[in-house]
Amino acid sequence: MPNILEVKNLNTHFFTRAGTIKAADDVSFDIERGSTLALVGESGSGKSVTSLSIMRLVPPPGKITTGEIIFNGRDLLRLSEDEMRRLRGREIAMIFQDPMTSLNPVYTVGDQIAESIELHEHVSRKQAWASAVEMMTRVQIPYARRRAGDYPHQLSGGMRQRVMIAMALSCKPKLLIADEPTTALDVTIQAEILDLLRSLRDDFELAMLLITHDLGVVAETADRVAVMYAGRIVEEAPVRQIFSNPRHPYTEGLLRSVPSLTKQGIKRRRLETIEGSVPNLLHLPQGCKFAPRCAYVIDECTAADVPLLQVDHERRARCIRRDVVGDDSARTRPERSSRRAANAD
Amino acid sequence: MSEIASNLIEVKNLTKHFPAGPGFLGTGGDVVRAVDGISFGIRRGETFGLVGESGCGKSTTGRSILRLIEPTSGEVRFDGRDLLSLPSNELRRLRREMQIIFQDPYSSLNPRMKVGETVEEPLVIHRVGSRADRADRVANLLRLVGLEPEHAARYPHEFSGGQRQRIGIARALALNPKFIVCDEPVSALDVSVQAQVVNLLQDLQEQLGLTYLFISHGLSVVEHISTRVGIMYLGKLVEVASSEEIFRNALHPYTKALLSAIPIPDPKLRRERLPLKGDIPTATEPPSGCRFRTRCPIAESRCADEEPELIEVTPDHFVACMVVAPGQKK
Repeated sequence: MPNILEVKNLNTHFFTRAGTIKAADDVSFDIERGSTLALVGESGSGKSVTSLSIMRLVPPPGKITTGEIIFNGRDLLRLSEDEMRRLRGREIAMIFQDPMTSLNPVYTVGDQIAESIELHEHVSRKQAWASAVEMMTRVQIPYARRRAGDYPHQLSGGMRQRVMIAMALSCKPKLLIADEPTTALDVTIQAEILDLLRSLRDDFELAMLLITHDLGVVAETADRVAVMYAGRIVEEAPVRQIFSNPRHPYTEGLLRSVPSLTKQGIKRRRLETIEGSVPNLLHLPQGCKFAPRCAYVIDECTAADVPLLQVDHERRARCIRRDVVGDDSARTRPERSSRRAANAD
Repeated sequence: MSEIASNLIEVKNLTKHFPAGPGFLGTGGDVVRAVDGISFGIRRGETFGLVGESGCGKSTTGRSILRLIEPTSGEVRFDGRDLLSLPSNELRRLRREMQIIFQDPYSSLNPRMKVGETVEEPLVIHRVGSRADRADRVANLLRLVGLEPEHAARYPHEFSGGQRQRIGIARALALNPKFIVCDEPVSALDVSVQAQVVNLLQDLQEQLGLTYLFISHGLSVVEHISTRVGIMYLGKLVEVASSEEIFRNALHPYTKALLSAIPIPDPKLRRERLPLKGDIPTATEPPSGCRFRTRCPIAESRCADEEPELIEVTPDHFVACMVVAPGQKK
């Protein structure tokens, strides 16, 4: 089957005293073998919760309430915890934003990579150590044999992230979930890590779920993009289309609000902004969740919930006006001064 | 760099070393050379962007200029006055004209003070106006930054990151400063919120005639908001030029590598990546001569012998590199 992962109608809810938060609300997407899907969104969009759900690592009071997560033909939500544990780190691996908090400070990095190999591959300590060093070389850590004996605090941020990648890939997973893997890194190091991920992806035929808010990283790394807002996917398309021709007003707004060096020739005095701020997930508006901030809003938008609608055979958008997004004459709200911030509630 | 009378801020050979105890960084160095002799000027009404990666010294520079950190040596002039030799009572008065906005909207506001009290605090410290005057001023300031006067009665935790940053800006404006150091003011914010705050800073600059030192590692934001830009590496300035010049015609190999590393939000564009060897060296034992030479693709043997000076290569475009800009010292 061509898809390594198929997420169908995933619902992950957080049951708090203040109410139920639908952190992931009816989320569905597929990832083809060897391809990269970027999950893009801002705070509270649900992108991290979605990735944790796939790994079944959602912390309480969160709970996956319904849905299917078909990985390599098996529904992960039907597996026992034991079976899930055998899968994690072996067939699906995950790397996080801050490698310093993911690495155990009292063990050497070599030990930590070797431990993962030993557990999953059932080989001797010696063989695991040798594989660990080989993996470290693979991720371009110089003097790997020597550095395997280093502790995490002795390595720079970029090196630590390479160790995380080595650990993640040591058991040759089919899917790598990378949650903001380069956000905490300097720009030049970020570039190297992204290059590394791309080359490893080719070597290992690795599928990747890349979670990020950085549109530049998306453009350079992703094959397809899914944009999330308030717990839902609002647009999904191949990467080129998302940038050249967004079909959801939120995606368009996001793209226009990013200062970009390529737009420098047209020296825009002000950045375009999306009015207001992300909604409180406990008090979501009726109808379309983006309507209060939308530049294309019409009365019908607040009447009923909007499903993900087809744009063409490879694109979907959660917007009843998706065919006119991008046409300035279809806007119903002029661009207002960004000095008005949203009310604090 | 020649002095210009219209420079609001003049920095000469600014140095800040931090003591590092034996074994602190494991390399035996005694001192972290966070800022190691930099010179530049900021013109009235402009935004000077200071850019660099972690450990380059840009935040330390901003704070040293304000004397929030005491510089080790060098000279800082504000409006012609020598800041570093001022007695504390005069420095305090001058502080009204120089303010700072911090990076982290979550730790830069006292969680136990109401927003109104936070914004009002500078006025209280400098004994400006009566209580009624101050209340008025706070209301005006909140409106100025896009909030409501009613927000004065609330606590920081009731606001989003972007709103807290606006509160920080209101506080910085309370005393009508001429100069504001913006230390990574948008890095911790969501993308769409960054745009709002950047626009706000630009609007306020126009309205109030402010001068900014905008410190950031985000090159795209810096290019957008800055008039001139200085690139820092390991405590030194390696290139200074107008925003357009830097981004269209970068001369220093580090600047070029930095620019080529930025991921561009356009999948159609494929750029040549200029790779840098290795990691950033430690600031306790920087490489001899040019600090960048250990990672530089065009380094020559003479680069280890002498530290390059900032030289004006084309009008108002300065580069510190003996390979790219050989020639007379300024």
